Amino acid sequence: MTFALYERLLHFPMIRSLFLLFLLGASPLAAQDDLLDLLGEEDAGPSYTTASFKTTRVINGHSLENTAKGVLDFKIGHRFGTVDQGIGNFFGLDQASIRIGFDYGITDRLMVGIGRSSFQKTVDGFAKYKILRQCDDGCGMPITMALVASSSITTLQAQDLPWYSPDQQDYFTHRFAYSFQLVLGRKISERFTIQLTPGLVHRNLIQTINEKNDVYNVGISGRMKLSKRVTLNAEYFYVLPGQLREFTAQELAGNPDLGFTNSLSVGFDIETGGHVFQLHFTNSTGLFERAFITETTNRWEKGQIHYGFNISRVFTLVKPKEPKDI
Amino acid sequence: MTMKTIKILGLLVAMTPLALSAQERFATRNGHITFYSSTPVEDIEAHNRKVTSVWDASTGAIEFAVLIKAFEFEKALMQEHFNENYMESNTHPKANFKGKMTGITADEVKTAGTYVVTVSGDLTIHGVTKNVSIPGSVVVGPSGVVKASSEFIVKPEDHNIAIPGVVRKNIAETIKVTVDLSLDPL
Repeated sequence: MTFALYERLLHFPMIRSLFLLFLLGASPLAAQDDLLDLLGEEDAGPSYTTASFKTTRVINGHSLENTAKGVLDFKIGHRFGTVDQGIGNFFGLDQASIRIGFDYGITDRLMVGIGRSSFQKTVDGFAKYKILRQCDDGCGMPITMALVASSSITTLQAQDLPWYSPDQQDYFTHRFAYSFQLVLGRKISERFTIQLTPGLVHRNLIQTINEKNDVYNVGISGRMKLSKRVTLNAEYFYVLPGQLREFTAQELAGNPDLGFTNSLSVGFDIETGGHVFQLHFTNSTGLFERAFITETTNRWEKGQIHYGFNISRVFTLVKPKEPKDI
Repeated sequence: MTMKTIKILGLLVAMTPLALSAQERFATRNGHITFYSSTPVEDIEAHNRKVTSVWDASTGAIEFAVLIKAFEFEKALMQEHFNENYMESNTHPKANFKGKMTGITADEVKTAGTYVVTVSGDLTIHGVTKNVSIPGSVVVGPSGVVKASSEFIVKPEDHNIAIPGVVRKNIAETIKVTVDLSLDPL
């Protein structure tokens, strides 16, 4: 039947209505004017949330992000002295505590890293695995959850160790500390991400019997995008009471800065293509978990704040395989 | 003509477009779109192999839907920035094209050969629609498989895609886009 004939037949009202009925009933596809609807819903697979944070650290602590598979992230962390030292020490800029580290993504879910800090000449290493991944489409997982396990070892000479005393044997194991954290969080909107980090720092050696080897702590941190490439970050680690060394009034009278306190940091992330610059203020000196969670002594209210920065530079070492053209 | 014959005729008539459309509509879900940005500093290339397209040879109408997040880059961070900073793919998840292809007719698609075509219509990227006219070619294979390809230029600024000063040297002002489709009868 030619096109012209059936077009002519359509002029009969009965045929036309039958035709339409047929189209609507048996062949809904042909009635669509949007051609792409003919293909029906596409199933693109799960789409995981990306860019919850600009980099894998919020400030000192781990963020929800991992480096991607095959990507090496070279990180330099730098904390100047405290700003309350005044012009004599150029507001702390004369001193520095540094960590140089490399992170690497073995898979999109598993990353590992090592670092060396000037703070107590410490070497640290960690593994971070994303157990759950927040999903935009196709799965419905509302949060990301990552497990971070890290250990650190101080390489100071025995007599330089904070716990040194001449009559005490310097055991190698005493120099170790461990940290386990669950990083739980959600990118709530394009601009806002919040996360909770319950964790445990285990110190192989403690200095007094009234402190604990296992220090339970919880971090809360978040970021807010100020523009596409600039975010405001904040991070607070709360150490549950009664776990760290309490100093007596006498000891504190001698040195009022002895007591431990919680770590609070506020800063900005600035992303420029392959680099992320993190500029911040923090009361913590060290850049690994034992140091900033259990050994922070500086206090914001006394102006004992470090200006600091982290620089992250990524290198793609292993390129993703190209699928073969069919 | 009695009512009954009209009804039977009607049914017969109604069934013909289905038979026709089986030969005249072509589609794919795994079309391949590539883009290249080339500057002295850096070459950037991304591939999307999940492009959907439908072509109706009888009317010439052709449509594309391109999932932005399906573009794959060599560098993971580049892909993240492409989605987050440039294409804003959470707000504009897809690029679309809706238009007409001229240069090949419904009859010609039944015989093997190469046809020079022009595709013109509305290209929507980053939520901004531009009317475009793009040259391309269609190759009808002996087995009835239809391959369509095209190469054209897109300017980011035409679609309100802002490129900040710090990466101005890394991202070209004109992006070369290539399209490769293998269309099957729908």
